[in-house]
Amino acid sequence: MEYYLQLIINGLVVGSIYSLVALGFVIIFKATKVVNFAQGELVMVGAYICFALTVQFQLPFLASFLLTLVFSIVLATVVERLILRPLIGEPIISVIMVTIGLSSMLKSFVQMVWGTQIQVFPAILPQEPYMLLGLPIAPVYVAAFGLSALLFGVFSLFFKYSSLGIAMRATAFDQQAAQSMGIGIKSIFALSWCIAAVVSSIGGIILGNINGINAQLGHLGLKVFPAVILGGLDSLLGAALGGLIIGVLENICEGAAKDLFGLGGFKEVASFLILVVILMVKPYGLFGTKEIERV
Amino acid sequence: MNILQVQNLEVVYNDVVLVLKGLSLDVASGSITTLLGANGAGKSTTLKAVSGLLAGENGKVTSGSVLYDGADTVRLSPEKLVRAGVFQVMEGRRIFEDLTVEENLRCGAYTQPARLFAHNAEKVYSYFPRLRERRHQLAGYMSGGEQQMLAIGRAVMACPKLLLLDEPSLGLAPLLVEEIFDIVRRINATEGVSVLLVEQNARMALSLADYGYIMENGRIVMDGKGEDLLRNPDVQEFYLGLGHGGEKRSYHDVKHYRRRKRWLG
Repeated sequence: MEYYLQLIINGLVVGSIYSLVALGFVIIFKATKVVNFAQGELVMVGAYICFALTVQFQLPFLASFLLTLVFSIVLATVVERLILRPLIGEPIISVIMVTIGLSSMLKSFVQMVWGTQIQVFPAILPQEPYMLLGLPIAPVYVAAFGLSALLFGVFSLFFKYSSLGIAMRATAFDQQAAQSMGIGIKSIFALSWCIAAVVSSIGGIILGNINGINAQLGHLGLKVFPAVILGGLDSLLGAALGGLIIGVLENICEGAAKDLFGLGGFKEVASFLILVVILMVKPYGLFGTKEIERV
Repeated sequence: MNILQVQNLEVVYNDVVLVLKGLSLDVASGSITTLLGANGAGKSTTLKAVSGLLAGENGKVTSGSVLYDGADTVRLSPEKLVRAGVFQVMEGRRIFEDLTVEENLRCGAYTQPARLFAHNAEKVYSYFPRLRERRHQLAGYMSGGEQQMLAIGRAVMACPKLLLLDEPSLGLAPLLVEEIFDIVRRINATEGVSVLLVEQNARMALSLADYGYIMENGRIVMDGKGEDLLRNPDVQEFYLGLGHGGEKRSYHDVKHYRRRKRWLG
C-alpha cells in the first residue's frame, strides 16, 4: 500500500510538471491554433540555460532562474517573429512541420553546446525529507508541486481579470472580431509564445533539479500530448488535471507492472495507451470545446 | 466638414476579384450616413477598407484614398484606427461567446484607459438596461437582439468618433430593429459620434439617416438626403418594393431590369 502511495505522490509531482508544460501548449493552441511540437524542447532549453548559468557561470540559483526566464522570453519572441509570424494564414500542416523542424534545431543546438551526458544540478533545497502520512517526501518535490499550483493560480487570475488575459481569450475565439476591437493580435501571438516558453522553462528547471538533465528531456513534449488531449486541447483546467492524471497513471502503471508481472519500462508507453483509450471514448477530452462539423 | 472622405476607392480580393470599382463617398461630421445596396454590391468591403480589416481577408486597396479627419488611413492597422476613433461593428454581431457580457465590454474598452471602464460601462448599461441584468452571463447564451446590443455596446466602450455599423438589423424582429435604430440615433446625438450605416433594410435606414448612398456592383449609383431618397421613384421601386402608385409590385413584373440597366453604365 505504501508503495502505491509513494507512486501516487511521485506521479503528482511529475504530473504537475506535465501540467505546466501542457499549460504552455494550451496557451499557444488557444491563441494561435498552432500545435507546437517544440514544446518539449522549450523545456529542455530552459533547463540547460539555467544549468549553464548556475554551474558554469556560478551565479546564485535565484539569479540564474530569473535570467533563464528572461532568456525564454527573448527566445520565444525571436521564434515567433522569425518563424511563425510569416506563416500566419498558411495551411496548418506547414506550421506543424515548422514546429517539428524547430524542435530538432533546438535539440541539436543543446547537444552541440552541452553534449549528450546527463548533467546534474547542484542541490538547492535541503535534502532532509519531510514526512507526510508516514512517507518521506523530498523538499524539491514539495517545491515543484507548490510552484506549479502557484503558476496555475496566477494564470487563472490573469485570464479571468486582466484586460490582456481577456483580450487573449477573445482573440482565441474570433481573431478578426478581436482586431476590430483594436486588439493587436500579433502582439497577442507573441505574448502567448512568451508565456508558453516561460512556463516550460520553469518546468524544465524543476525537472532538472529532480532528475538531472540530458538531451532526452525534450521527449517530455511528447508526454504532454496525452495530458492535453485528455484535458481537452483548449482548456487550462483540462491541462492542469490532464497533466496530474497522466503523471499519476503512468507511475501507477509502471509500479503495478513491476510489482505484479516483473515488467520494466512500462512508464514510457503507459501514457500513450491511455491516450488511445481517451481518443476512443472522449475525443474532445474532459473539458475541450466540442465542435460541430457538418460533412 | 467631413470626418470621412472615400475617394475613387478600388479594392481587389486575392489579387483577382475587383470588388470596389472607384467608390467615393463622404460622411459629414456628426451625421448619420447610410450605404444601401443589394447583396454582393461591396458594402461590407467598403466598411472594412475604412476600418483596416481587409488585410485579414486577403483584400487590398489598389487605388484611391480613405481620408479620416483629413489624413490618409489606407495603410494603417486596425489597432491604430481604433485608437484614432474608427470602430466597426461587424456584420453578424461577432460577439465573443465564451466570454461574459462584461468581459465582452472590456474587450471593446481595450484601447481605453482602465479608469474609464466603470464610467463607460455605466453609459452602455443606460442605453441597454438588459445588458446590465445579464452582465455576468456568457454572451453566447443571449438572444440575437441582446447580442446585437452587446455588439453596439462594445463599440460605445471604445469611445469612437466614427462608428461603422454593418447591418445591425440582420436577423432581428422588426420591433427590435426599431429599438436598435432608436439607440443608434441616441448614441449619435448624445456622444456626437458620426455613423456610417450599411443596411439592407432601406426604409429604416433612410428614415434614420441624414444622407444616403446607394451602391451597385462596386460603385455609387445614386446619393441624396435621406428623405429625398425615400421619395425617389427608383429607390421606391427597387429597394422599398413599391410601384409608381405606391402599391406593392408583383413578383411577376418583369420590367425591373430596364431601369436597373440605366444605372450600370
